[in-house]
Amino acid sequence: MSWDDDKRHLEYAITEITEVASGFGLDFFPMRYEICPSDTIYSFGAYGMPTRYNHWSFGKSFHRMKMQYDHGLSKIYELVINSDPCYAFLLDGNSLIQNKLIVAHVLAHSDFFKNNARFAATNRNMVESMSASASRIRQYEITYGTEVVEAFIDAAMAIQEHINPSIINPYGMDRNRAEQHLDKNAEKRNDRFEGAYDDLWSVDDRKKEVVDLPPGQIKFPARPEKDLLWFIGQHSRKLQPWQQDVLGVIRDEMYYFWPQLETKIMNEGWASYWHLRILRELDLTTEEIVEFAKLNASVLQPSRHSINPYHLGVKIFEDIERRYDRDKLFEVREYDLDTSFIRNYLTKELVEDLDLYVFEKQGPEWKITGKAWENVRDQLIESRVNGGFPYLIIEDGDYSNNGEMYIRHSYEGIELDLKYVERTLPYLHNLWGKAVHLETTVEGKPVLFSYDGTKHLRKFLT
Amino acid sequence: MSEPLFIVSKEDWSLHRKGHQDQLRHKQKVNEAIRQNLPDLLTEESIVISGGKQVVKVPIRSLDEYRFRFNHQKSKHVGQGDGDSVVGDVLGVDPTPTTGAGKGEGAGDQAGDDVYEAEIQLNDIEDILFAELELPNLQRKENDQFVVKDIRFNDIRNKGMMSNLDKKRTILENMRRNALNHNPGIGGISPDDLRYKTWEDIIKPESNAVILAIMDTSGSMGTFEKYVARSFYFWMVRFLRRKYEHVEIVFIAHHTEAKEVSEQDFFHRGESGGTICSSAYRKALEIIDERYPPSRYNIYPFHFSDGDNLSSDNERCLKLLQKLLEVTNLFGYGEINQYNRNSTLMSAYRGIQHPNFKTCLIREKSEVYAALKSFFSITEGAVEL
Repeated sequence: MSWDDDKRHLEYAITEITEVASGFGLDFFPMRYEICPSDTIYSFGAYGMPTRYNHWSFGKSFHRMKMQYDHGLSKIYELVINSDPCYAFLLDGNSLIQNKLIVAHVLAHSDFFKNNARFAATNRNMVESMSASASRIRQYEITYGTEVVEAFIDAAMAIQEHINPSIINPYGMDRNRAEQHLDKNAEKRNDRFEGAYDDLWSVDDRKKEVVDLPPGQIKFPARPEKDLLWFIGQHSRKLQPWQQDVLGVIRDEMYYFWPQLETKIMNEGWASYWHLRILRELDLTTEEIVEFAKLNASVLQPSRHSINPYHLGVKIFEDIERRYDRDKLFEVREYDLDTSFIRNYLTKELVEDLDLYVFEKQGPEWKITGKAWENVRDQLIESRVNGGFPYLIIEDGDYSNNGEMYIRHSYEGIELDLKYVERTLPYLHNLWGKAVHLETTVEGKPVLFSYDGTKHLRKFLT
Repeated sequence: MSEPLFIVSKEDWSLHRKGHQDQLRHKQKVNEAIRQNLPDLLTEESIVISGGKQVVKVPIRSLDEYRFRFNHQKSKHVGQGDGDSVVGDVLGVDPTPTTGAGKGEGAGDQAGDDVYEAEIQLNDIEDILFAELELPNLQRKENDQFVVKDIRFNDIRNKGMMSNLDKKRTILENMRRNALNHNPGIGGISPDDLRYKTWEDIIKPESNAVILAIMDTSGSMGTFEKYVARSFYFWMVRFLRRKYEHVEIVFIAHHTEAKEVSEQDFFHRGESGGTICSSAYRKALEIIDERYPPSRYNIYPFHFSDGDNLSSDNERCLKLLQKLLEVTNLFGYGEINQYNRNSTLMSAYRGIQHPNFKTCLIREKSEVYAALKSFFSITEGAVEL
């Protein structure tokens, strides 16, 4: 069949699926479907976006993913981008029925991107933004040398997860404007109307007094800072303007990707729930049904060593529908994220039904150590907190009165990979330009890792 | 709303090369890392003992995307069973960590000993290493006027002579086409499937070289000494076999007496007894006389020993060595001397001032690299091949 025929069939199917999806109440962005060869799909998968800047680490994962595909170990059927309009890339060579499932699946993703609260602040023009920043970075490479820029990106990417993606963050992404905004609000408060609960407003003012410490005791930063990328970009005395820009680019991109990190189970569960529902409404031939069932089963197949987000997500959504109704589903997809989703809706029955367990390493063996449902639930939540990354905060940007950086890892029971700590600190030093310290807990005791540009130091704090 | 609800398109993505570019850059970085780690890699057991497997797993330092992350080994994870999992089930067992190139005991999981296991093609290491080496003092010998015209099959085409049919590729092509037609298997070979080998002519002057690899296999050569010599010869043999078409290698093992052995025996057999080096030199001279007239061959004897020679033998060694130097292009003496002892042989050789005589002291494994570089250094005015 020629591409024109294929295209006509596909367009016909998409029209039908889109109607069914709208009928169910899914509310998605206008869609752009693009058929791509495997090389291209895999490079999008590795970069997260077709237009992202160049870096060898993307090449590394591209190579790994492509190799798995070539060896038939794994396959990406589609890739969908959170943007308006929403881009969906379909693998060239998908059969029509595969594409039907995928289209239904990506429509639900698009609906999720558009309606989930976590995504509300994401930049829907990220395709263009990334393209613009990629070309700026290319220009820096020409001006300052590829290796210089690459070394800097290496360093910045080493701490890229350390932003502050809190949803109540009133300033979204632009910190400077936000702080001004906060100040303005404080001024406004003075001429606010009078009422019985006026004294409540002064709670905020009192906080401010605490910050006004006498000179010498002024803390820098005033409050512990979670956004390492922002803090370093603002306050490192070592950075050139182009380096600040690169740091900003990496930070913006992390803000863009972050909601996807923290709604992985929900997002995939939602999309799988809907591809099942929508396909049931279609008129399929017997062969199509068999092929659909095959693909669906391979997508939802659980794993003994990890959680398949598609499977767990769809099961929880179906359980919610059973216990409440479909309206409740739409409510959950709007307000929740993985941690709250699991905390609120993973029940004892589900854990037992799905045969979930906690496992850990004992000696050389990986062993199942718990099946209690609360234990499983809490463990799942814990692994999703802060996107699954360690929670680090800058306690002091002027440690030892010498401009050194003191970071504390909020230890919550899981130790850091210490080899990696010692390998990452030099990157941090590279960005900050002064000695850097990281406090964490090892075997129950607080330990301070330091790197001053030449040597590592590790000492117990007591 | 004028905007369509959806658009389907298929564009030409062949210019989207980003993934490939960065993959190439990653590869470059791997090569850089290999280059930086060459001294350690060359004596990596997994390579030397592998007998030249094509892909080796070697530890490479600093080639990972480091970040602050949790210790995977020490955290708990959630998995999903088939419905009948119980507490205590074992999901998997980590292979006991193999310690790196170092000693077997006590290494374990210590901090600081962080290595990233990378799968590397042996060819890659060779490419990098051999780019730095050259067979020195290659001289034109009398019969290299005559030019060898050789052919090498190095390409595959769709058209060609039936006698040059490449059956394997033809079958592969057939399987590929059948698979595309949803009919996996072999069968129905069509003219489209046929693949032919084609060749190119290589014209190069013939140059003959022979390596006399001499190794002390006496009792005083311990595991370390043998391992170092073995590593050196491992790379030397690969280097020569690859870089020059006509290189012969003769293996001579000696203790109190010398004999010519096979490559296999040379690397794998251990002997015991004292050391009389002159026996090996005499053997070398005999072999040269019989088979490798200096007028036609470039001759390179390499001798590895721990330097622990019978003192009364040194005089004889010197005499034979002088004879050898007259007929050879380069005589390399490598002494493996872990504890920096004062060795009898090295002190005897120290007095020799001859442009074709090179010595090298190897105290630790990583110096094998230095030894290779010092013996096979690119000398100015060397004859181009």
